[in-house]
This record gives sequence, C-alpha cells and structure tokens, in this order.
Amino acid sequence: MEKKGRIRLIGGFTALLLALLALVLWNINAGSVHIPVKEILRIFLTRSGENAVIVWDLRLPRILAALILGGALALSGFLLQTFFANPIAGPFILGISSGAKLVLSLTLIGFLSAGIAVGSFPLILAAFAGAMLSMGLVLLISLKAKRMSLLIICGVMIGYICSAVTDFVVTFADDQNIINLHHWSLGSFSGITWENVGVMTAVVLPALVFTFLLGKPISAYQLGEVYARNMGVNIRLFRIVLILLSSVLSACVTAFAGPISFVGVAVPHLARSIFKTEKPIVLVPACFLGGAVFCLLCDLIARTAFSPTELSISSVTAVFGAPVVIFVMLRRQKKQI
Amino acid sequence: MDYYVSTEHLSVGYNGIPLIENIEIAVRRGEILTLIGPNGSGKSTILRSIIKQLKLIAGTVVLEGRSMTEISGRELAKKLAIVMTERVRAELMSCWDVVATGRYPYTGRLGILSEEDRKIVDEAIRMVHAEDYADKPYTEVSDGQRQRLLLARAVCQEPDLVVLDEPTSFLDIRHKLELLEVLKSMARERNIAVVMSLHELDLAQKISDQVVCIAENRVDRVGTPEEIFRDDYIQKLYGIDRGSYNALFGSLEMEAVSGNPKVFVIGGGGSGIPVYRALQRNGIPFAAGILQENDLDFPAAKALSSKLVSVAAYRTADELMIRQAEELLRECGSVICCIGEFAEGNRANRELRDYAETQGILSDLARVLQKNRVVTADSKTSALLDRPEGYEAGTNRAEGGTR
Repeated sequence: MEKKGRIRLIGGFTALLLALLALVLWNINAGSVHIPVKEILRIFLTRSGENAVIVWDLRLPRILAALILGGALALSGFLLQTFFANPIAGPFILGISSGAKLVLSLTLIGFLSAGIAVGSFPLILAAFAGAMLSMGLVLLISLKAKRMSLLIICGVMIGYICSAVTDFVVTFADDQNIINLHHWSLGSFSGITWENVGVMTAVVLPALVFTFLLGKPISAYQLGEVYARNMGVNIRLFRIVLILLSSVLSACVTAFAGPISFVGVAVPHLARSIFKTEKPIVLVPACFLGGAVFCLLCDLIARTAFSPTELSISSVTAVFGAPVVIFVMLRRQKKQI
Repeated sequence: MDYYVSTEHLSVGYNGIPLIENIEIAVRRGEILTLIGPNGSGKSTILRSIIKQLKLIAGTVVLEGRSMTEISGRELAKKLAIVMTERVRAELMSCWDVVATGRYPYTGRLGILSEEDRKIVDEAIRMVHAEDYADKPYTEVSDGQRQRLLLARAVCQEPDLVVLDEPTSFLDIRHKLELLEVLKSMARERNIAVVMSLHELDLAQKISDQVVCIAENRVDRVGTPEEIFRDDYIQKLYGIDRGSYNALFGSLEMEAVSGNPKVFVIGGGGSGIPVYRALQRNGIPFAAGILQENDLDFPAAKALSSKLVSVAAYRTADELMIRQAEELLRECGSVICCIGEFAEGNRANRELRDYAETQGILSDLARVLQKNRVVTADSKTSALLDRPEGYEAGTNRAEGGTR
C-alpha cells in the first residue's frame, strides 16, 4: 500500500514534469514561424539568430505566463474547493474571475479616458478588489445555501451579472479602448511582456510557497471544521487566509490574461485522480504543475489550431475542463445514492 | 482537588443566550462521566462548550487546574481529543490515514509522519480491532467501523481527556458493546478522563463512574449510576408516562393495557414474560401470578399486568392468597399456564393450575388471542405470529389435561 503510493507519487510528478518540459519546447517550436528544436537550443545558448526575437520576446514570456497563471488558477481552485468542501468550486465557476474582470474593466476605462497609463500592480489591485467583491457575495450566499449545486448555480449567476455589466461598460467605452478590452475580456495569454512575467512571478510564487506551508492546517480542515479546531487550527484566521490567497491568485490571473474558465475546477480534480490522495502536501505542487501543463496545452491549441486566427483561451479550456466538471458531478450523484 | 477537568459556574448556550446555567461537573483521570437526558435537553451544547467549540456564556472550564481559555489551541490539541457526531469528510483517505490525522499536533510544519508516529497509529488501530480494514478507503467501511476508527484517531492524539458526543448512535447492539468496551479499557489502561453523552440508559448505567442528568435546561442530578438509576427518577427525567423503565435491567416496558383482566397468566422463572408481552401487544388486559418479588417474571408482570398477585421474596403464598387468586382466575374466565413442571416449592401455582383445569377454564395463548381478536382479515395470522417461541412445550401438557 505504502510502496504503491510512493511509486504513484514519483511516477506522477515525473510525468507532469516531462509533460511540462515537452509542452514548453513544443510551444516555442510551433506557431506561424516554425522553429526547429535545434535552433531553439542555439537561441537559448547564444541569444542570437534570426528568430531570437520571436522566441525571446514573444513566445517565451507567453509560455511563462501560461505556466505561472495556469498553476495559479489551479491552486486557486484547490483552495476554494477546500474552503467550501465542494469539489466543483473554482474561481471562474463561482464568479470570482468575472468580478475581477468587471472592476478591472471599470478601472481600466476610467484611467484610459483620463489619459493615465496604468501599470501592472494597480491592475492587479483592481482585479483583487473585484475578486473580493464577488467572493463576499458568494460567501453571503454560502451562509444560506448549504447545498453544493445551489452554491455553484449562484456563482454562475454572479458571473453572468458581472459579465453583462462588463459588456455594457465596454460597449460604451472609447473605440481604442474597446479593442484592447474586448480582446482581453475573452481571455488570452497574448501580448505578455517580460515585465508582466516579473510581476506575476512576484505575486504567484510567494502565494504558492505560502499555500504549500499551509498544507498541514488544510489537511486538518479537510476532515471538518470541528476536528480542525480541536487540533488547534485557528479556524477564523485560517478561513480568511484561504479566501485572501485564492482571491489574490485568481485576481492575478484575471489581471494579465482575463477570465479563464474551468482550469480551477478541472485541474485539482485531475490531480486527485492521478495521485489518488487528498493530501495538500502532494496536491499543492501537483495542482500547480497540472495547471501549468493544462494551460500550456490549451494555449498551444488556441494559437495553432486555426492559425493565423487565434482562439480565446477560455474556449479551449472549456472544451477540456467542462466535461471534467460534468463527470465529477455525475460521479458524486452516483455515490450519494 | 485531583479532578482532571471540572466546570465552575458554567453557563452554556448560543449567541450569548444561556441555555443551561450553573453546570458543575468534574472528572478524574481514568473515570467516565456520562451525560444523559432527553433529546434537545442540551447535552451536546455542554460538550461543545467544554471542548471550546462554543463560546462560554459564563463560568470557566478548568483543565489541570488552569482555565481552558488560557490554554492555546496547539497545547490543548495534545490534551483533548474528540469524537463528535459530525461526519468526517475523508474522500480518498484510507482508514489508516483517518486514524493518522490524530497525530497532527505532534508532527512538524509539513505534517509528515515519523516512524514513531506510524507505530502509534498502528497500535491504536490494533486497540480498536480495526486491523482488517485499515487499508480500505474510509468511505467504504460501515458506521460501526468508522466510529471505532474515530476512537482510534482520538487515542492517537495521546490525550488526557476524550469527549464523545453520542458515540453509539447508529450502531447495532454488538458494535455498541464493542465500542464501549474499548472506551472503558482506554480510560482504565491509559488513565484518560472520558466525558460523553449517551442515549442508551442501560449502557450508561453499566459503563459510567458518574452520571449527569440534564433535563429542561438544567443539570437535574449528578451522581453514581446507583444513585441515579432508580425507576421513578428515570421515568420522571424522560417524562415517561406511557410505559415504564426498569432500572435494574435498564429495560423499557410498554404501557399496561388497562381494564378488567380477561386472562390469568400463571408464570415464573422467566416463562411468563413472552406471554405478558404478547398479550400486551394484542391489547388484552391480563392478571399475573403468583410471583415472588424476586422472580425473573416479576418486573415485566408488574409493568404489564392490570392485576398482579405476588408474595415477598423467598416466601410462599398462604391459603388465603391462593383462594383469592382462584377467585381472580374465575373472574378472568381463562387461564394460561406457562409452567410445565412444578417444583417442590411451587405448590400454590400447581394448585391454581389444577383448579383452572377442574373449572374448565385452562386455555393457551393461541386460543386466548383468537377469542379476543379484533375481527380483521389477517388477525389469525398475526395471532399465530404472536405466539412466542418455546411456548409450545409448556402448554402441551396443560392442553392434554383438558381433553
């Protein structure tokens, strides 16, 4: 039993890392300009060559963004699932991404029409405020709605409302702004700069480490609140930390790549079925890696499937992620009977 | 003053509104204190307050001479373990994993189990006899097994005090007994103080060192089981006015059927009880006798019969009493004799049987039930079903006599 678990653990992480490496290479390799692996290695070593700019300034930041933000989304989903003890909770499904999107659009339009350029950090802050706003609403509803499916439905509704208001605002904004906003509000990893990558790393990496260190109380909390409190977990503080962490992570994703659907729900579930465990010490890194792999794959498809036309990332993630959600719901239904 | 945990002027309740006030209970290590009382009387509220899950309204809970509020959650986790009624969420966890969560207060920052932790977990699993299913997923084992695992989990926490909220609910008789057995040995061998609530009075009576009765939002009585478990008090505590509670056996009997007795049951040595119950179920008032007050049949006869002829323990009925009983027999109009072979000292009952025989009123349960049946389509089958097991042998002789 124990040995089998260890093999699964090592095998699982090795597979995830290999997949990550392969997808990074493939993502550099594929695109409107095909770059062979040999040339990629040369560009990495010499930082020169005719395609160096494409690799270095376009593809690499985008790949890193997909990697970091994908991991962040999955992690955010895992935290929300822990918080609500609900396997299909996630930042998009609960309307938190959409809340972030709404406040972000308002802020962006406000600043742009006043003619002020905005940096990454204020945008993250705005997204964070929006995420917290939605989160507050969801929390209020969760006080009333104990049933899992009801909470999810309310979250989806909050998402719709926020999206509708965003659309409304975007429709009446100045033309120039709309093009940028419209593109972004569908969700995309394109146009990421190295500076952006630096900022998202500064936000996501500490959150990742912090979540990992939070593994012990998370495992206690998974048993149930009563038992967690008995084991010395400060429930109130712990809940606040969970909320803040998941909101920061999903706000960061929304600020840079717009709302991305289903990664937060699907990836933690896939990680669970790969590793057959609920232990956060395994699931936190597994979710992060899994999210990175998932988003890299989806971004690859979004970029190349109908090239030169680019799909929005959410369309691709939904195709892969939504069936997972349906599957989880059906399986739980079966278990309850 | 050697109590491990005690409460002083404790008031508990919700949202600042006291539900039960002035609770004063105290337990030593190795002792079991049990809260009993009707549903909704506040047993769980008290337990939740003691384990710091509910804010106290007033008073203090003292643990090892210190107020509980001064003890940090982390420190308390090593002293206090709980088994509550909330379902444990344990998806993708084996039974072993669930028990191992008890080691939480002793593991490092990442919660990784050491070799010693593993040994303690294995030992706790052995203690509750759960080795066979330790590797199974927790979601796939039965309620009884889960409850034992949760107890093992509490043991892993190496506490000095274990608080359990109705640990035997949802368990069948065998698992109830096994669980309490483990609990008792845990308290004694590991010198752990136990505070719990129980629904089963008979079990509470047998396992507890101290019993606390909660009724109508107050602590009604505190004492040893011998002091608490008296028929009249338990009946009052639970407001039992239909039926009765027998403290010695810890058993409940239904309410006696009132009215003039229609049948006289000659019983003794336990032979009468199934007949009494069958008559009660079928709504037939009956008289019973002649029973010594230490007879096995006496408590049930007392609870269920509308008339009872009895004599003091180790006494035999005198002539006058036999004549009175004969009169009662005649009034009843039929007699069921449950005794096959009359012992030397049971002259009175033999005389009664013989008297019934000469009067031609000696009958048996099946016939009595048939005679008194309410006319419905399936009443015959129900009468047959109601015939108690082992009853035939005793009555055949009597039947033979009438022919």
